[in-house]
Amino acid sequence: MAYLDAASTEPLHPAAREALLATLDAGWADPARLYGTARRARLLLDQARAEVAGVLGARPDEVSFTSSGTQAVHLGVLGTLNGRRRAGRRLVVSAVEHSSVLHAAQVHERDGGTVETVGVNLFGRVSPAAFAAAVAEPGTALACLQTANHEVGTLQPVAEVAEACQQAGVPLLVDAAQSAGRLPVPPGWSVLAASAHKWGGPAGVGVLAVRKGTRWRSPYPEDERENRRAPGFENVPAVVAAAAALRARAAEEATESARLSALVDRIRAEVPRRVPDVEVVGDPVERLPHLVTFSCLYVSGETLLTELDKEGFAVSSGSSCTASTLRPSHVLEAMGVLTQGNVRVSLPRGVSAGDVDRFLTVLPDIVRRIRKSLGVQ
Amino acid sequence: MWRRKPPPQSTTGPQHAADGLADHQARPKNDASLTIDALGRKCPIPIIMLADQINSVGLGAVVAVLADDPAAVTDIPAWCRLKSHEHVASYDLPQGGWSIHVRRKY
Repeated sequence: MAYLDAASTEPLHPAAREALLATLDAGWADPARLYGTARRARLLLDQARAEVAGVLGARPDEVSFTSSGTQAVHLGVLGTLNGRRRAGRRLVVSAVEHSSVLHAAQVHERDGGTVETVGVNLFGRVSPAAFAAAVAEPGTALACLQTANHEVGTLQPVAEVAEACQQAGVPLLVDAAQSAGRLPVPPGWSVLAASAHKWGGPAGVGVLAVRKGTRWRSPYPEDERENRRAPGFENVPAVVAAAAALRARAAEEATESARLSALVDRIRAEVPRRVPDVEVVGDPVERLPHLVTFSCLYVSGETLLTELDKEGFAVSSGSSCTASTLRPSHVLEAMGVLTQGNVRVSLPRGVSAGDVDRFLTVLPDIVRRIRKSLGVQ
Repeated sequence: MWRRKPPPQSTTGPQHAADGLADHQARPKNDASLTIDALGRKCPIPIIMLADQINSVGLGAVVAVLADDPAAVTDIPAWCRLKSHEHVASYDLPQGGWSIHVRRKY
């Protein structure tokens, strides 16, 4: 099978596997205790924290490990809103944030807060001016912006927005889940969230970083773990593996990202050349290195995914018929681009150019067959 | 989650979607030369019906597509952009769904 769904989860990096196996034996004890095996677990955990902090541009004491990227976002959003209650109850988000951000925003709204959603252009990018204007409104407690969109790959103007937030005195939560380990983290965040399994670490490790001086109060009952920010016993082996994968990815970033980006360029150029009536969406240049999304007119996304699966390709889709909600992806809706026959291709580390070539070879015939079955010429 | 407001909440007046592409209004204007009933049909069928029949009206005439698959609200204006036809407006139907009006440009 050709696995082209790295944006859902990146296969485990060999460095992570090695670190995980070693730490299962060396780092199983409770890092909060004081005897030898516990102190070793604490040492491994804090080394991993320092490594992750170094790659993400944080201080080690700003970094807490959570049980997922989603939990990091939930804690980041709700904890900062909690800490900033006296500043106001207004939350600003982009329309194309990950569902974890938007679901946390719904909780905030249910609790009597307000949520301002900033729209995006046809590429899926917020306008820095519109975002800045929304953030400057009085009573704004927090703003949230992703580094890059998880469905279409478009990079967001985080540095510019961060400057506007700083001027307005509003903390900015940056969701770096799709870009961490693939691109440097842009400067200016107050709260940062990321997810290890997106960069080749194991599932079950998220990163929440809260800048010194940012007010934050846990929405959960008190717990002394992870700088009082994330509840529960740390999964030390998984955290160590996550750090190993991130360090390895960061070292490979320049060469591997350039290689994947060239393959994405090839898909972006070839799909509309080989398949009629296709819209390639997202920014062609200011984008993630490994992700490309396109939509095929007159085709159901579900059928397309099934047919690609039969040919041995694992991809994902934002079309309504592939979602449990039977609604198209909120990202594609907010962009105003075609949602039917939608395919997201996201390239894992080490994917072969041959797999991409084979994908480009089988796709036109699959689309033609589906259209023919629906009576489209 | 950012979503277009569902019809029952938006019958009070004209609305603009966040993308600025779809112009929702409460009451359909009676400007259509042809009405395609795609209610109950899932994507991509409403668009296939539209593509099939748009050339049966005159140049500059309007086709109204009645659809209740939420994808149609995004996809028909997107189809117009891709095919250089004009998305005139989308109207909420009282029974649920939308009447999406498209002008044939060529």
